Amino acid sequence: MAKEKDNTLRLKFDSSRNLAPAPESRSAAKIDSKYDLFINGKFEKPDSKKYFDTINPADEEKLSEVAEANEADVDKAVKAARNAYDKTWKKMPAKERAKYIYRIARMMQEKARELAIIETLDAGKPIRESRDFDIPMAANHFFYYAGWADKLEYAFPNRKANSLGVAGQIIPWNFPLLMAAWKIAPALATGNTVVLKASETTPLTAMKLAEIIQEADLPPGVVNILTGAGATGAAIVNHPDVNKIAFTGSTEVGKIIQRAIAGTDKKATLELGGKAANIIFEDAPLDQAVEGVINGIFFNQGHVCCAGSRLFVQESVFDEVIRKIKDRLESLIVGNPLDKNTDIGAINSRAQLDTIHKYIKIGINEGGEMFESSCALPSKGFYCRPTIFTNVSQSSRISQEEIFGPVLAIQSFRTDDEVIEKANNTPYGLSAGVWTDKGSKIFNLTTKLRAGVVWANTFNKFDPTSPFGGYKESGFGREGGLHGLSPYLNLGSY
Amino acid sequence: MAKVVKNTPSEERLEVLKTYKIYVGGQFPRTESGRYYLATNKKNEKLANVCQCSRKDFRDAVGAARGAFGGWAGRAAMNRGQILYRIAEMLEGRKAQFVEELMKQNSTETKAVEEVNLAIDRLIYYSGWCDKFQQMASTVNPVASSHFNFSAPEPTGVVSIIAPQENALIGLVSVVAACIAGGNTCIVLASSSMPLCAVTFGEVLNSSDVPGGVVNILTGSVAELAPFFADHMDVNAVLYCDKDAAVKKMIREKSALNLKRAYMYDKTDWFTDDAQSPYFILDLQETKTTWHPIENIGGAKAGY
Repeated sequence: MAKEKDNTLRLKFDSSRNLAPAPESRSAAKIDSKYDLFINGKFEKPDSKKYFDTINPADEEKLSEVAEANEADVDKAVKAARNAYDKTWKKMPAKERAKYIYRIARMMQEKARELAIIETLDAGKPIRESRDFDIPMAANHFFYYAGWADKLEYAFPNRKANSLGVAGQIIPWNFPLLMAAWKIAPALATGNTVVLKASETTPLTAMKLAEIIQEADLPPGVVNILTGAGATGAAIVNHPDVNKIAFTGSTEVGKIIQRAIAGTDKKATLELGGKAANIIFEDAPLDQAVEGVINGIFFNQGHVCCAGSRLFVQESVFDEVIRKIKDRLESLIVGNPLDKNTDIGAINSRAQLDTIHKYIKIGINEGGEMFESSCALPSKGFYCRPTIFTNVSQSSRISQEEIFGPVLAIQSFRTDDEVIEKANNTPYGLSAGVWTDKGSKIFNLTTKLRAGVVWANTFNKFDPTSPFGGYKESGFGREGGLHGLSPYLNLGSY
Repeated sequence: MAKVVKNTPSEERLEVLKTYKIYVGGQFPRTESGRYYLATNKKNEKLANVCQCSRKDFRDAVGAARGAFGGWAGRAAMNRGQILYRIAEMLEGRKAQFVEELMKQNSTETKAVEEVNLAIDRLIYYSGWCDKFQQMASTVNPVASSHFNFSAPEPTGVVSIIAPQENALIGLVSVVAACIAGGNTCIVLASSSMPLCAVTFGEVLNSSDVPGGVVNILTGSVAELAPFFADHMDVNAVLYCDKDAAVKKMIREKSALNLKRAYMYDKTDWFTDDAQSPYFILDLQETKTTWHPIENIGGAKAGY
């Protein structure tokens, strides 16, 4: 049989498409050479006397150094938070509490450009994402939850909303400021005080947030921000005077936390790993679907717990979709995160780059067929080409384990039931995506996929009003929306 | 008021004693282990030779519960409500038997009647919630982008329950009703010292259109079985309804293995109204948020 003629227009990716650099200016951001711990409204030298460097993953240059909080520092912060809770925050009229949170939101908006630049420098993410997603979303989160503070009695019918006390919060490095906002905003709105630990590789915007909180004149001790690594986090989790743990990070650490607080009355919210299935049916608008797949896995270099890292394509359109993905891969601009044209920035750390390389090797050894963009990578800094694997099986480690990088594992399927089975066959259950033009099929899929967030004909969308969180081993509790209030409350009867 | 039939074997007729078995997958098997324990009341009277269930019994029950989950969760909410109502009807019809068993298990007649009546009423209460809590817990989220976005509860899955040890009937009925009203399936360990009415409740369920495997009832030792209730990898949530601090800690620790949702109902007084609320249902629900774009091409606005 003669080969069918392919009439699809194909883009040409030659040098004429190269864009002139459009770098954001570093000078619009002020980074101190050293940051202390933010405890009780003041910047305090650490009891540990130790500081560690935070670097720019795009060029491996040192940006600043931050304090390493030890157990004594954590204790000091918890005491400050307890004192602020008992003496100030708990007693303050809710509408006043709200206005403090609004203030933080407004100041974040005022300083949005500076925050975006620092986020990009410290985390390696493209400035376009910091500027258009991370920072505005973080400010909006404060703005949204501020309004809840004096309306809690309308949220849970027939229940009295009681705050918990001191919330210990531990956040990851993939969306540093946004995760701080997701944690702090609902905690404050519900009347709790906070001890937050920023990630050791991306502490700078959290310290900038501490400056904003100070400037907003929030009562001392209501929010305390610490820097440090795992040991600092463990000290927060194990502190006897903490009432609530909110953690975003790996499933492995989430389990350690659940064990650590087993004998206590501490409440927990765990927002953990994922291995989301993105499913393309043959009747989907394929170009849109491919854009969604690209955004789903390469957004933020794939450092996203809800990344669409498994792609399922219906057999009849498999070859076409793969070709379109490969074409699109070639058009992605990888490089300097500060450049406004950049699509994929730097991998967050050397350790993470090593993990990604390890998984790419595993994928190849397991018989997967690898395709990566042919783009050149900068000579300094941590970069990884956007990569896809076909010929992947359900049992392959790259389709079972969270890689947290720009690596997509692709499988095919024939029937709806088959793909539901495959998509759900994972310990995770954070998110999923469905692409089809048929409404009834969308609802069949969105109902049967066991995941906390399901995107239909879109992917990786977030909003302060929209609850986010997982099923199964992706954790429990929700962040965002009305549902995001209850993890910070005891619902008592009247 | 229920008339309590006294156990007075006449000279002419020998009483037929009931074999108390377990309830798994809609069947009434004995424990696979072949073990039994003698349950006695405070007067040291023999209640029955009760199945001392093993880990294998529990695993079989999890298999049955998992098998039943898709069908039960997928039923129309109103249908679940009707089935819970049916359980109440069946319990009402067998009230006398439950009163008798509760009295054997140390209760007074007044207290026993109160407990059975309350259990029936609680089933009616949760029957009504089956198709209502979703609306209470759902939201349409006003996102800033051009998307339609909503959140609604879905059942967590398979739930293992260690029932209250002291309130043998009302405790068990309360937790099981809230669990299955929300579309979950469960494996419940009855009170060790007062297992009679739990087993008989299995017979009520069996004649109430509750599909096999939705509720599985085991008897045995909490100390022996609790670790398996907490660490089985195909169980999504675990409820512990007693006060033992060491067991609570152990359950929470082991539940971390697959991040089970672990709830300790250790302060609930099952005879009060505080022991029933949609919030018990919501403890065993996950929130699913769904997004879909809204086409926004033309300039037309809704209006006249």
